[in-house]
Order: sequence, then C-alpha cells, then structure tokens
Amino acid sequence: MSDALTIAKSPEEALRAFLQFLLREKKVGAVLTLDRIGKSAVPAYSLITDASELESASPLLPMMPANAGKLLAELTELAPSPEPIAAVLKPCELRALVELRKLNQANLDNLLLISFTCGGVFPLALRNDGGIDERLLPYRDALAKGEVADGIRPTCRACEHFVPYNADLTVALVGTPAGDGTSTFLINSDRGAEVLEGFEGNRTEAKLESVALDTLRAKRAEEASKLYAAPETAALGLDGLVSVFGRCLSCRGCSNVCPICYCELCYFESAVEDPTPSKYEAQLSHRKATRVPPGTIAFHLGRMTHMVISCVGCGMCSDVCPVGIPVATLFSMAGRSAAGVFAYVPGKDLDEDLPLKKYEADELSHLGVERIES
Amino acid sequence: MSGRYVPNIVGFFCNWCSYTAADLAGVSRRHYPPTLRIIRVMCSSRVDPHMVVTAFLGGADAVLVGGCHPGDCHYVTGNYRTRRRFALLQSMFETLGLDTERIKLSWIAASEGNRVGQVVASLTEAIERLGPNPTREAMFL
Repeated sequence: MSDALTIAKSPEEALRAFLQFLLREKKVGAVLTLDRIGKSAVPAYSLITDASELESASPLLPMMPANAGKLLAELTELAPSPEPIAAVLKPCELRALVELRKLNQANLDNLLLISFTCGGVFPLALRNDGGIDERLLPYRDALAKGEVADGIRPTCRACEHFVPYNADLTVALVGTPAGDGTSTFLINSDRGAEVLEGFEGNRTEAKLESVALDTLRAKRAEEASKLYAAPETAALGLDGLVSVFGRCLSCRGCSNVCPICYCELCYFESAVEDPTPSKYEAQLSHRKATRVPPGTIAFHLGRMTHMVISCVGCGMCSDVCPVGIPVATLFSMAGRSAAGVFAYVPGKDLDEDLPLKKYEADELSHLGVERIES
Repeated sequence: MSGRYVPNIVGFFCNWCSYTAADLAGVSRRHYPPTLRIIRVMCSSRVDPHMVVTAFLGGADAVLVGGCHPGDCHYVTGNYRTRRRFALLQSMFETLGLDTERIKLSWIAASEGNRVGQVVASLTEAIERLGPNPTREAMFL
C-alpha cells in the first residue's frame, strides 16, 4: 500500500487535467508529453508551456515517435533544466533516461517524472496511416484484463518491465477498467506528493498490484520465452547473421534512434571505419569475395558490444529499420543475457553503477580466479 | 607443414605481464606452435570488445586476450574490468550462436614464459579440432 490520489476522470483525462493544473499553478515551467499535432493529429512529443495547448495532448497514447528518455537527456545534458519540467514517460523511456544519467548524459534535477503501467506501443507505421484511434478501445480493454494487446511492437509483447521504476507519480493503467471514469495516481516520492497538493481528487491508500498486473506479468514472460526462442533470431550463428544483417542498408537509423547510443561521433561513422581501397585489398587477399560496402555485421555486433548492457528494449531500432531487421529483438535478447551475467536491470536502480564501470575482486570464476599470494 | 591446417590466432597481450611473458618465452627458447600473432596493448582493459569482434570477423581462427592475473594489474584494477568486458562478450557470442571456443581470456604473469607456451599450445590444439573459422573464406559480411 502506498499513498495515492483517486480522481473521478478516466486516466487520460485526469492526467491531462493534472498537467494543465501544473502549468496553471506554475508548479512546472513546461510539460513534455505526446501531443496530437497538425490537422491529421499526428502523435509527436511536444514541449508545452501553455495549459491551453494541452487540450490536444494525449499523454497515454500507446505510441513512441522517439524515445522520450533520449529527448529529456538532450534537454538536460549540459545543465539541469532551469525550470521544472513535468514529463510523461513510458517505463522503458524512463529506464533509458536513468541509463543516460548513469552515462552522464542527462540531469534529473528539476524533472517531475510521471509514468504508468504500460501496455506497450504500436509500431510507428500506424502513425502514418492514421489507424491508431480505432485500435485504442481494444487496447485499453486488453490492458484492463491484463492481456497482451494485439498489434504492439514485438519487444513490447515480451517486455517484463512494464511497471515503472523511479517515477514520482505512477498512473495505474493495467487492471483499470477502461470506461468507468476513475483513475488512480500512485505517489512514489515527496516531489510527487508536493505537486499533487491542491489537485482535485481524494487522497487514499492504494496499491498498484492487481490480479490483472500479475496476469500480464505471466503472459509477458510467456511471450518473452516465445520471442527469444524464435528461429529468426535465436542462436543465429554466422550464416544466420549474414542473412539477417545482409539486408542492412547502413542507414544507421537504428543507432540514431537508440536512446543509449549517445556518442556525437559514432566510432563506426569515423574515418577509421571507412572502406578504403587498401581495406578491400586486405580483405580480398584471403577471401574470394567481399560485400560492398563491407562491415554490416561488424557494425551491428560492434554497436552491440558498446551499448547492449544498457539496452532497455524499447524497440525504436526495429521500428525504424527500413528493411525489417529484427534489431530490437536481437539486442534485447543479448541485453537480457548480458544483464543476467551481472544481475543488472538497465534503468532500474539510479544508485547502482553500470556493470562495466565497476567490478568485484571475486567473481566470474570461470574466467580465472584471483591470484593467491605465495 | 604443407597441406596441414595451421590456425591463425590473434593475441592482444598486455604490456606488463602477458607480453613480457611472451618475450621471456622467446629468450628462454621455449618451443610452442607458431600460430600466434601478438598485438601489444598497454593493458588488457584497453581491448574494446569490438576489437575482438573485428579480429574474429576478419578471419582470425581464435582471439586470445592476455592480461595480468586478477589482483596483479599494473594499473591496479584494469584486468578486473577486462574480465567483466570479456564476460559480456562471451554472453553475446552465446546469444548469437557464435563459437565461444574461439575467444579466450588468459591470465599470464610476466614470469610465466612457460605458461605462454602452454596456453598457445592448448588453444592451437582446440582450434585444430574445430577447423578454420568460417569467417575466413568467402563470407559476405
């Protein structure tokens, strides 16, 4: 049980009203949330300072046009925001933000982090053909029952971290009946309690856990074992890697949208990696043929070695891949097993260092043990 | 030697221990298989896992990373970090279905010239059993 506020409005309406309240009462200077912009109401992340502009905001829309963790990191990378910003983030976006904080790429001071129990997001293609609205009802219905919603990103189907970590406020979505017009905000921090002061609703005790949440947890685990055992991605071997990454156009879309890939100049974009004639010559001295341009597998595996331990499995990379490479499935799969080695969950604990930044003297004994002084 | 498969092993050896040990093996006239090509690095923790991947995809039959024994690093904690990076790489290889036998981490102290021979001999033997790395021939990468 923890402190909570129940509001006599649907979660979406309650959250929108709350964000407007925050701006009107000057509790924050700006709000970062999904907004439906333009005539066609395309969902896009927007930074909003005027409460009336929030009328078209859709903070709980199951879409991820960009990983908002990355957006917040870009905003706060050099210095904390001078004015408080309230941001509505999906749990994986929040985890990405925490990982970026650990990588000194983000500053969480002056951020009010609002998240929710997440049912996953639809692929971005839906944004273009406008098919979002008709899918919302069945989606919310599935969430209320704790089912895996139809049509969401593959990595969302397999995501087991759909309850946010490190949020000041958590909006209960999973297990909340879709049409009954009430919602619950769980208060996880003093800052969360402070900003709720004066907002409509009843202070109560509530818990996030519900039968639906447990059901969803079990179903997601089942989906995860299915996804990560699928022949398209499991234990590819070299031949598998060639067929999967042979399609790669080298557009670098995956690394550009990846929240964890923050390097301004990617090593793989640097001149060192340029395929010069001498490199072809060297390759062809022992091969009978080489791909032109070469290095697609090297790029993906190299990127994997650099960021996979922090991979939050948001699925942005797969979603933007123009040739349908299951990048997110492969990376989150590798991330899961790497995280397993170090018992680490990316983005969960703010105070826990990244596994590659620390060590234990006595660990990983299969790689040789500490020298015994003689 | 003609006709017989001789593996190609790329070794990243730390300046202070493994490389010095290889040097010692040389001046002590230890015999071991001529399969190792050593690249000297100042510390095994300088070996970005990406370098191992590059050597592996470039056709090396095995990649050997050599460092000081844990607790003995010239930079105090470098090899502890190497160990974590290597564990990460191993788990990646496993997930992707790549041959983890072709990547190896060994702790070789500066005085262990003998051990250089032993490590290289046993790795060479293992690779001879495995055969050439399939990345070596006509791989469209």
